[in-house]
Amino acid sequence: MKAEYTITVYTENQVGLLNRIAIIFSRRKINIESLNVSPSEADGIHRFTVVINETEDVVRKLCRQIEKQVEVLKTYFNTNEEIIWQEMALYKVSTDAVAEKLKVERLLRENGARAVVIRKDYTIFETTGHREETDKLVEVLAPYGLIEFVRSARVAIIKASKGFHEKLKEFEAVEPAAELAENEYLDKGDAVFTM
Amino acid sequence: MSTAIETTQNEPKDAPAIIEVEAKELTGSQAVLEAFIAEGVDTIFGYPGGAIMPIYDALYDYNDQLKHILVRHEQGGIHAGQGYARSSGKVGVVFATSGPGATNLVTGLADAMIDSTPLVCVTGQVFAHLLGTDAFQETDVINITTPVTKWNYQITDATEIPSVLAKAFYIAKTGRPGPVLIDITKNAQIQKIEYKGYTKCTHIRSYRPKPIVRKTYVEEAAKLINEAKKPFVLFGQGVILGNAEKEFKAFIEKAGLPSAWTLLGLSALPTDHYLNTGMLGMHGNYGPNVLTNECDVLIAVGMRFDDRVTGRLDKYAKQAKIIHLDIDPAEIDKNVKAAVPVWGDCKETLPMLTRLVEAKQHTDWLAKFNEYKKQEEEQVIQAELHPTSGELTMGEVIHQLNELTNGDAIIVTDVGQHQMVACRYARFNETKSNITSGGLGTMGFALPAAIGAKFGAQHRTVVAVIGDGGFQMTLQELGTIMQTKLNVKILILNNRFLGMVRQWQQLFNDKRYSFVDIQSPDYIMLAKAYGIEGQSVNDRILLQSALKTMLDHDGSYLLEVMVGKENNVFPMVPQGCSVSEIRLK
Repeated sequence: MKAEYTITVYTENQVGLLNRIAIIFSRRKINIESLNVSPSEADGIHRFTVVINETEDVVRKLCRQIEKQVEVLKTYFNTNEEIIWQEMALYKVSTDAVAEKLKVERLLRENGARAVVIRKDYTIFETTGHREETDKLVEVLAPYGLIEFVRSARVAIIKASKGFHEKLKEFEAVEPAAELAENEYLDKGDAVFTM
Repeated sequence: MSTAIETTQNEPKDAPAIIEVEAKELTGSQAVLEAFIAEGVDTIFGYPGGAIMPIYDALYDYNDQLKHILVRHEQGGIHAGQGYARSSGKVGVVFATSGPGATNLVTGLADAMIDSTPLVCVTGQVFAHLLGTDAFQETDVINITTPVTKWNYQITDATEIPSVLAKAFYIAKTGRPGPVLIDITKNAQIQKIEYKGYTKCTHIRSYRPKPIVRKTYVEEAAKLINEAKKPFVLFGQGVILGNAEKEFKAFIEKAGLPSAWTLLGLSALPTDHYLNTGMLGMHGNYGPNVLTNECDVLIAVGMRFDDRVTGRLDKYAKQAKIIHLDIDPAEIDKNVKAAVPVWGDCKETLPMLTRLVEAKQHTDWLAKFNEYKKQEEEQVIQAELHPTSGELTMGEVIHQLNELTNGDAIIVTDVGQHQMVACRYARFNETKSNITSGGLGTMGFALPAAIGAKFGAQHRTVVAVIGDGGFQMTLQELGTIMQTKLNVKILILNNRFLGMVRQWQQLFNDKRYSFVDIQSPDYIMLAKAYGIEGQSVNDRILLQSALKTMLDHDGSYLLEVMVGKENNVFPMVPQGCSVSEIRLK
């Protein structure tokens, strides 16, 4: 059964790696719903956050192909239950509509929107939340004239993760410790393979 | 005391064994060639052009240390590099210029990628300041080759050359080998750098070529093998790439395991070994295919369950518990779910397994393979190898060739019917003797690959077996043979058709022979134009002496054998069918 999966990839910072990772999806005609690249908790290590809608079996295979890339250190995939995630959205509406119609102000407040810029002609609001939340504000603002809307990619934190600092030390060691469990996604549950 | 500590702290930790040389000034181009020498490269296949001219200029002074083979087309160059890598076990090295030179490498890169062949390709690129300006012969080689390389990298600053090339060789040959492409802009080739020697790469933190083997899985695998009544081994090129032929043989001999090979696993185990039950897959042998669906434990060693091997997946070995030994974790569970995944280098995992398996002989089970073999002999092989009348068959040509080479030759095949026949019937005593384009199925592979194979194993006889279609795709490489005075035997099996497609059209498209009727030039005259001796035979009586003339000839020789026009390759597992539905006719 298809579901939303968030793939977290720890990588070196290298030109061309984005393409190497992206073509693993496009080769299989899989659409990337959301993609974010940012620094991670570990110094010099980048973190890709990719959201796709696929079956677990497909996601697992994709992760193995991603991890096979030379500059990829580690890949994880998680269901929505296993992560905390947010997306940010910006909305541009006419300032008149906000000023004159009391209801708009109430809607914005109800949806936790925050004004970023207020000008004579337009106001920009920002919200942060899940897709349904940011989408809902689009819906309710539409009748009052939404001039522009944009939403960022998902950023996600894995609930069970202890971060990448310790792992990175293992990767840097020429002879990694035997106890280090790697590729836990590769098979049934935990500590299946060591690298 | 404190000063002493300070001094040690200033020392780099885990200082790699750098061969300290006095820093000297080198151009980027010279640094490339120094890297090759440090990596033990002796042969380069290439073709010059504008953007790689500085490297070629430097090569002029390295002529005594690096042999450069001028090919006739970059595709020929990279296939030669593949042939070299496959016959020698070393990394193949290829040069090409920017733009069209680089794009001509793509087929070979894809071929090497899918067949796990270690290559380092160096392409020239326009000056860095011209990147993205649609400059003359500029093409985005890095992005074009990303899906077909294990790793690629563009160098715009020559100071990166030593370390990037060290990485390139390390990545190409370790783990599951593959092709690496390094694109070097012209300014970096010219740029002068302070050269401080070359350090081989032994570790990249984001790249683990092989894992520490988990003993639990080896133990589980051994347990399954010891309990098995009908164990069956499938082996692939992993055994050859892992230099584990001896370890493999010891393993199957101790546990008495009938074994069958994939197209690229061929020659890892001698053909006449008592446990060698033959070839797997679409045109493989009868027994190994049928009994795949009868065995109770299936042990896959260094193979990837290609669709040409498995046929219909949902009817593939469903009754069996599958043990999968592979160095590439992405292959485990990719096509066939493994009950026991043994992730690791088979050079390590096989001896671990051998220690744990009980010495056994599955005599009755092995006899079953022989029963099927007998049926196949009667219904297919006899007529193919020993016909007494009618047109010549491809099988009898290979059979006669075996008789003359005693199975000691390297056989390089192209793609199509002749490839299947040659791989089915050729005899091999030694490993690294079968060189063919397996995964990609690249017509035109054999002639240039045979050239490379000969350079990689100069003491061995190299016979390129090629169809009339494939030969016409890369026959310009006859020029390379002419110029290098190489001794390669070219055996064209001419059936005046694109035979494999014709066979499918006959079997599945109602004999609607759509554009498979291909004409050939006079190959003997063509060879003669390149100074290569040759002859054409279509008479059974003359076949053996013609083959002998070819093999005995001092230098390259082209032998064209006119074979049956509409012969088919059997057995065959039709596409979409299960391996047990294999047809004998």
